[in-house]
Amino acid sequence: MVGLVVVSHSERAARGIVEVASEMGGNARIEAVGGDPDGGIGTSMNDIREAIEEAVAGPGDSDDTGGGDDGSDGGVVVLVDLGSAVMNTEIAIEEAAVGAEADVGVDVEIADAPVLEGAVSAAVEAAGPKATVESVVNAAVEAREYRKL
Amino acid sequence: MADSDTEREALLAAIANVADRLADEKEHLTDLDSAIGDADHGANMNRGFGAAVEEAESAEGEATDVVKAVGRALVSKVGGASGPLYGGSIMAASAELEGGITAETTVAFGEAYLEKMQDRGDAPIGAKTMVDAVTPAVHTYKKSIETDDLSPLEALGKAVDAAERGVDFTVPLRAKKGRASYLGWRSVGHQDPGATSTLFVLEELLATAEDYLDDETERDAAAPAEPDVDPDGTNPEAADDPAANEEAE
Repeated sequence: MVGLVVVSHSERAARGIVEVASEMGGNARIEAVGGDPDGGIGTSMNDIREAIEEAVAGPGDSDDTGGGDDGSDGGVVVLVDLGSAVMNTEIAIEEAAVGAEADVGVDVEIADAPVLEGAVSAAVEAAGPKATVESVVNAAVEAREYRKL
Repeated sequence: MADSDTEREALLAAIANVADRLADEKEHLTDLDSAIGDADHGANMNRGFGAAVEEAESAEGEATDVVKAVGRALVSKVGGASGPLYGGSIMAASAELEGGITAETTVAFGEAYLEKMQDRGDAPIGAKTMVDAVTPAVHTYKKSIETDDLSPLEALGKAVDAAERGVDFTVPLRAKKGRASYLGWRSVGHQDPGATSTLFVLEELLATAEDYLDDETERDAAAPAEPDVDPDGTNPEAADDPAANEEAE
């Protein structure tokens, strides 16, 4: 199963986005993360890395780590809001790959997408049985094209 | 530089001096950032370098390892965009310090730092970011060492001057990257906080180098960077500045 992580400068915003997305993609595994290392508005590389690791492992289903047995390729797709969320996520992915390979040995990608709309589309796709990291990223990116008016 | 014990001691002193300076400038950086950003640069840098001092002191190994520990601490603790930009660039560039701190390795460090920062932040020069201070500093340092054959201390002095000019250069520009870019034209007329903190870091590196080398170098950001040779004597600043003429040798 492909996991999702929503990164926002505000932890409350990240949790709210996850609430909205979960309503549509009920089975998808989604982690919310936000706030700077002191809990203020901002982002924290360490917190993002932990969220990615949790999205890989999932709550209480370590059997499923890395996917494969359910027809998917595992992996994690990350939705981000502004500047430092992007850069801290990039470093978190590099760090996870280097420093914690045992925990994150799967593909982790950032989706270049609007954070809320992208999270909804990604959650719907990720809940599907044949979801891959690529298909989830594509679903998130396509959310850019949705017209509101 | 000297033996690795002295090198380590000087490095730790430099990091402590930078941390002290950023603590002193916390309000100043926050004021700059509240004008065009999210008012967290002072607190973020202060928290990050506070952690960097501890991590550097407990880091084992050579200069390259100590500097890498600093980068790692900044990535973890700064938060905001400055964490990845400062910390990630320091971590990447620290590999260039294998074999100690010399004129050659510090030039390579500077170039790697700038390259990683541009790669990560995707900011060209003139976007009103820390790149506007780092680029002139790194270019001037490299040229001073490689072309002008200046001592590392003199070269660092010129690099600090160049960074100061870069900081001034950010004031009249419209921000194109970072949080300030959301302000559009309202960002014009404000000094960039990231470029400013870069200058503070460089000033403290210079002060520490002067302490350890028991020497000082002239600083004059208004001095002409080029030409340092003035054949027709038409450049009054160069003619009036004996240091500039001496350095032309």
